[in-house]
Amino acid sequence: MLGLGHFFSRKRRYDDISVSVQEHINERVDELMEDSMPREQAEQAARREFGNVTLLRERSREVWQWQRLESLLADLKHVFRRLARSPGFAITVVLTLAIGIGANTAVFSVLNSVLLRPLPYPDSQQLVALHLNAPGASGLAEFRSELRLSPSMYLTFAAHNQVFQSVGVWLPVTASITGIAKPEQVDTAAITGGVLETLNVPALQGQWLTAADQDSHSLGRVMLSYGYWQRRFGGDPGVVGRTITVNSQSRVIAGVMPRGFKIVNYDFDLLVPLAFDPTHEILAGFAYRGIARLRPGVSLSQANADVARLLNLWMDSWSNGPGNDSHWYLNWRITPALQPLKDTVVGSIQTVLWVVMGTIGVVMLIACTNVANLLLVRADARQQELAVRSALGAGRWRIARELLLESVTLGLLGGTAGVAVAFAGLRLLRGIGPGELPRLTEISLDGWSIAFTFSLSVLSGLFLGIIPVLRYVPARQRLTVLGATRSASTSRERQRGRNLLVIAQVAMALVLLVGAMLMIRTFMAMRDVDPGFSDPRSLQVMRLSISETLVSDPRTVIRLQNSILDKLAAIPGVSSTGFAASVPMSGGEPAWNNIYIEGKKYKDDNAPMRLFNYVSPGYFQTAGTRIVAGRDFTWAEVYNLRPIGMVSESLARELWGSPQAAIGKHFREWDSMPWHEVVGVVQDVRENGVDQVSPATVYWPSITDGIYGPGTFDARRNLYFVLRTSRAGTESLLNDMQQAVWSVNGNIPAANVQTMQDVYGDSMARTSFTLVMLAIAGTMAFALGILGIYGVISYAVAQRTREIGIRMALGAKKSELAWMFVRSALVLTAIGTAIGLGAAAGLVRLMRTLLFGVSALDPLTFAAVPVALVAAAALASYLPARRATGVDPVEALRAE
Amino acid sequence: MTTSSEHRDLFPGALEIMILQSLRLKPMHGYALVKHIKQVSEDLLRVEEGSLYPALQRMLREGWLEAETGISAKGRPTRIYRLTDAGIRHLESEVSSFERMFAGFTRVLAAAQA
Repeated sequence: MLGLGHFFSRKRRYDDISVSVQEHINERVDELMEDSMPREQAEQAARREFGNVTLLRERSREVWQWQRLESLLADLKHVFRRLARSPGFAITVVLTLAIGIGANTAVFSVLNSVLLRPLPYPDSQQLVALHLNAPGASGLAEFRSELRLSPSMYLTFAAHNQVFQSVGVWLPVTASITGIAKPEQVDTAAITGGVLETLNVPALQGQWLTAADQDSHSLGRVMLSYGYWQRRFGGDPGVVGRTITVNSQSRVIAGVMPRGFKIVNYDFDLLVPLAFDPTHEILAGFAYRGIARLRPGVSLSQANADVARLLNLWMDSWSNGPGNDSHWYLNWRITPALQPLKDTVVGSIQTVLWVVMGTIGVVMLIACTNVANLLLVRADARQQELAVRSALGAGRWRIARELLLESVTLGLLGGTAGVAVAFAGLRLLRGIGPGELPRLTEISLDGWSIAFTFSLSVLSGLFLGIIPVLRYVPARQRLTVLGATRSASTSRERQRGRNLLVIAQVAMALVLLVGAMLMIRTFMAMRDVDPGFSDPRSLQVMRLSISETLVSDPRTVIRLQNSILDKLAAIPGVSSTGFAASVPMSGGEPAWNNIYIEGKKYKDDNAPMRLFNYVSPGYFQTAGTRIVAGRDFTWAEVYNLRPIGMVSESLARELWGSPQAAIGKHFREWDSMPWHEVVGVVQDVRENGVDQVSPATVYWPSITDGIYGPGTFDARRNLYFVLRTSRAGTESLLNDMQQAVWSVNGNIPAANVQTMQDVYGDSMARTSFTLVMLAIAGTMAFALGILGIYGVISYAVAQRTREIGIRMALGAKKSELAWMFVRSALVLTAIGTAIGLGAAAGLVRLMRTLLFGVSALDPLTFAAVPVALVAAAALASYLPARRATGVDPVEALRAE
Repeated sequence: MTTSSEHRDLFPGALEIMILQSLRLKPMHGYALVKHIKQVSEDLLRVEEGSLYPALQRMLREGWLEAETGISAKGRPTRIYRLTDAGIRHLESEVSSFERMFAGFTRVLAAAQA
């Protein structure tokens, strides 16, 4: 290649060329003059013979240049100079592209981080979630999408599997930490051995919890998350080996996990060991989430086959107590459906992200179409210049290169600004932190995002440039265009290109508007659903947990909870209080089991599964859940352990035909349990979100007969306390609540303190997120489309001023002329609408899972959107068309 | 390479050989080169300026030529091109390869006539 020395001596080389060429011509002139030609004529002849001096100099210089880079740089300089001359145009285009590319980059980054990138564990493709289905457990599907694992299942799987390197189960729980600062309830993952081995991320400090920690007789150690270590211990490197008080027990800190480490998608503060005692475990207890690492080369179907084998072994090896048929669970038809762990982490957000990506992509296309229109107008203005240059010998490629260079430069400028837009957008997103979005902390602009931005910039640049190039880079014979810019045929041709762009815009806008409208209808349908509680804004929720180590006697626990309730009720401004084991939409792990009805026979003893909740007297009144028939519990009944219960309205109808008929009927959970009397029926509650069915629910008092026989009791130790008050959500109320709790017991921390509105909003988050994105995109598309129509008609009016003048001179009516333009706009809109309707009908299928209470082909939507679009188009075209009618024929003709 | 349609294109490298050979006789400036080739070939070959100057630059880059400031016959400043040692070596290898090619070419033509 050329050395640097050449680069610096190039100035001399260029001078050499000029001098040589000059002397060449001069000598020829002398020679011609010697042949007695006059000087002027001789000079002309010499130059003519020599040919294109500039071109020759350029060619000669190119020899010294780095692969035409410099002529490209020179062109680039021209491009910038031209853009600087029309800053309005440049800024409009760059900003439009920046927003378009930025939005696409941001969404792509989310998509890439959440869906495409592997999970942040070594060899994460080997990780699976132990998903089990139980189609024979009727009723379960109403509140659970899968059957969780029981401890005995885990013990069987861990000991006898042939396909896993490691397998473990875990459970999100809470733990009270006392003795450091104020009592605090922290998010905790209870894990068995095998969980950390499966995820295989080494500890940052200290070591993993080991098999010794799984011993139910040892105290067990704990591990900290990076965040909790920083927050509570200031990142103290000597924390390993210190003791902390967890649930009133002192535990040794074994280690700290590194930053960003999560158990699947659970962002915990504390890891505690789960210690199952094999001598006490039974078949049941389906509450645990299983994960495993496949051995290399083992496929999902091989793993499923092995788990199916293990399930039989499980039934052979365990029982539900003496006299129980251990193969009874064959009725449930438990089938393994292992899935890649990534699918579990990503969950249902996939559809939303792809819909949003598609939406943003369409907006980008529309924005590009608008910019292409601008560039066309600009190329129109340069048409004469380009024709002249072409006539002077500029090659077609040379002109094309310049036009493309301009548009690609615009694309890259837009892309650069777009990265800033994307960066800001992602920071905003992380700031908002929609709870439904998994892997939020992993979202970042990485190499792939930058590569995506770059290709998008170049592609949009080429797309924008190729339209003027195809149109204006003339074949040699089209030189006639020079000076013929006013011919009707060329302007009509130009108009056709613009018409096509408008049709495309209308079609794309229609698709987005249909999508947005469907989401609005979904949102309204969800708002109309009675969730089973009233006025969530004035409903304050707080979770309290009383561990067995703090208070062991169940009766003492319930008295403690009752006195906390009384203290809370005494807070000024609180009108009523209550507690329940779970509140709607809070996403906790619910209790459930089969329920037998007195006097009813069940095939194979397989009664349907029902969701359980445990409620205090006054809970329903506080939450605003209507009691449809019968009455609430009383505290006297609770303390006397009266065998009573309540059922949801749908369950009452299913079992006894009507709510009233249910009162006085009896049910129970297992054979030795006394029959419980239905004292009340409450309205259905949307436990899993407003767009999910209300599960058939049984409500128990919060202290019940224990499963280990008569004389034992179970109290609920994790409860949501709810307060009805206009002060909900205020700082002062939170203080009052905390004081009320501590006045009863100073070691009980409060957690999940939020208003029911927050819980409700979170459950609508996916819908509102999609709605907002589609609404923004739809509005932008609509505005751009309408602008497009306005622009095209304005342009047509301006182009056809002369024609209008002639028509008016010949006696055309003003209204007819205006209609002529409006009609052409309506034709374009109609074509665009027709194409858009077809596209929308196909595309909305993709978002069917996001819809609720409205069909994907909702007739109202598919009728209203085109009508609105056509009306807007008529208006947008009428404004410029009216200008046509103001044309003075004399002026119009003179202007030519 | 040529201006009129009766003059046919030369093979690649022919222009370089002619320039190198001409400059071997004596260093010359551009116009003198054109005139020299025209005269020596008795008007059969005519070098077009559009090819000459880029070719000269290429050869300068390869190091076959050197350009030096000089004065033309009319006393005006110009650039004189001079053959370098590398240029002579290149010319000789080109000429011998050209001669081999031409000999073969002639034999083929002769065989076709026979």
